[in-house]
Amino acid sequence: MAKKEEKIEYVKNGKRLDGRKVDESRSLKIEAGILNRADGSAYLEWGQNKVIAAVYGPREALPKHIQNPYKALVNYQYRMATFSVPDRKNPRPARREIEISKVCGEALEKVIFVEKFPNTTIDIFVEILDSNAGTRVAGLTAASIALADAGIPMRDLVAAIGVGKAGGEIILDLNKEEEDAPDAVDIPLAIMPRTEEIVLLQMDGLLTKEEWKKALKLGLKGCRQVYEIQRATLRKQYEAAEKEAKVGEKGEREKGEKVK
Amino acid sequence: MDNVTWDLKADKAVKLIKEGKRVDDRALDQYRAIEIKKNISENAEGSALVKLGGTEVVVGVKMVLGEPYPDMPNEGTISVGAELLPLASPVFEFGPPRPESIELARVVDRAVRESKALDFKDLCIEEGEKVWIVFIDLYALNDDGNLFDACSIATLSSLLETRIPKLEDGEIIKDEYSGKLKLSRKPLLCTFSKIAGKIVVDPVLIEEKAHDARFSLATTEDNYMCAFQKGGSGSLTESEIDQCIDTAFKCAKQIRKQL
Repeated sequence: MAKKEEKIEYVKNGKRLDGRKVDESRSLKIEAGILNRADGSAYLEWGQNKVIAAVYGPREALPKHIQNPYKALVNYQYRMATFSVPDRKNPRPARREIEISKVCGEALEKVIFVEKFPNTTIDIFVEILDSNAGTRVAGLTAASIALADAGIPMRDLVAAIGVGKAGGEIILDLNKEEEDAPDAVDIPLAIMPRTEEIVLLQMDGLLTKEEWKKALKLGLKGCRQVYEIQRATLRKQYEAAEKEAKVGEKGEREKGEKVK
Repeated sequence: MDNVTWDLKADKAVKLIKEGKRVDDRALDQYRAIEIKKNISENAEGSALVKLGGTEVVVGVKMVLGEPYPDMPNEGTISVGAELLPLASPVFEFGPPRPESIELARVVDRAVRESKALDFKDLCIEEGEKVWIVFIDLYALNDDGNLFDACSIATLSSLLETRIPKLEDGEIIKDEYSGKLKLSRKPLLCTFSKIAGKIVVDPVLIEEKAHDARFSLATTEDNYMCAFQKGGSGSLTESEIDQCIDTAFKCAKQIRKQL
C-alpha cells in the first residue's frame, strides 16, 4: 500500500470521496423472508455490504443447564464469510466476531419480549457475504427484520447505523476508505426508534465531547432513515402475503403457519 | 447459576440506589479505594497489581520480537489478552476464552490503541522485517465487580513502567534494557452501571448483577474520549451518556494522580 503522507481531503466542497454528502448514507435495500427453512429471515444490501440474517426459535434451549426459567436466551452469532474481506478470513470465529455477537445480542434483548418465552433460546445467525465497513450495524438492521419476519413479539425494531469522523469532518455511514483515515473515529450506533433509547453504542478513535454531540445527532437522524426503510420492507412483505392469501389458499403456506 | 441469596442482595442494591445510596455507602459517582503496586514480576517488562475495593487484578507486559503486518511495514503493535482465572470467582472456568473475557480484553485494548498513547512507529526495529509486539496480559485474581476499570488502571500502570529489552544483532539480551516505553497520553476507562434508571460509577459485583446496562468510556488527560462500549440488555439515553462522560473525565483525573 502506497502510504506516502499525501493529504487526502475526505470532504471537498461538501462532497465525500464517493460523492456522498456528509449526512448521506449509502443506499440500503432490505428484503424479508428469503430463506424458507428459517422461522424468519432477511437479506440486506447496504452499499457494498451484503448480509443474510436468519432467526430460529423460540425453541428449547439446550443443553438444559443454559436455560433461564425467567426469559428466553438471545443467541446472536455474527460471522464473516471467508471471502467477504480482501484477504481470506480464517473461518474460525475471531475475537472481533465474538465481541460483536455479544453486544448485538444484548441490543436485541432489549426489544424482544424475552420474558414471554422462558427456558427457550432465540437463535439469530448473521452472515456477512461482502463487506465495506459498517457490517455490524448492517447485520443488526437485518436481524431486526428477520425477528419481525419470524413473528417474534417485539417492543420495537432496532435501527442501526455507523457514524464517525474522517479528515476532521463528522460524517454518516463511513465506508472502508473513510474508516482508514488517520484521524478516523468509528461509532456504531443502534436505537429503538420509537423512544430513541440507545441499545448499542461503541466508539474508537479520538473524539471531543462537542464532536460526540454532533455525531450522535447525525447518527440518530441516520437511524430514523434506516427505520423508515425497515418499516417499508415489512409493510411490503405483509401486503404481499395478504394479497396471496386472498387469491387462494396458498397464503397459509408460509406466513400463516409462522404466527402462532 | 446464581442462588437465591444473590437475587435478594441484588434486590437490596436496587432498593438502595433508588434512594440514592449504595451497598457500600459510596456516592453514586465515587470510586472504591484504589491501590496500585508496580513491578510485581521481575521477568515482566512491566507489571502492576491493582486493587479496586475488593476487586484485584494483575497485568503483565512482555515485549516480543515479531514481524509487522504487511500493510503496516513500519509499525509494531499491541496485543491484549484477558484471563478470568478460576481462582477469581466460582463462576470462572478454565477453557477457551468466553465472550466476557474477549470483550474485556478488546475494550482495554481499544482504550490504549485508540488513544494513540503509543506511537506504533516507535516499535519498529527494521522496516518490513522486525517490530516489537507489546503483549499485555490481564489476569483477574478476585472479581468483586468492575474488572474493566481495574484492568485499565493496571494496564496503564504497567505500560508506564515498561522497559524495552536491549537488542544485539537483532536478538534480545536478557536482563538488559535500552530504555522505557514512551507514552504520550494516559488513557483510562471509567465504567458505569445503569440501575433503576440511575447511573453509578465503578459498580461492585452485586450492582453488576442488578444492572440493566453497562457503559464504559475511556478518556485522556487532554480532554479526548477514545473508546466507548455499551453492554448489557438495557438501553441508555443521550443525557445518561452525557452524565457518564462528565463523571468519567472527573474520576479519571483523580485516578491519574495515583499512578
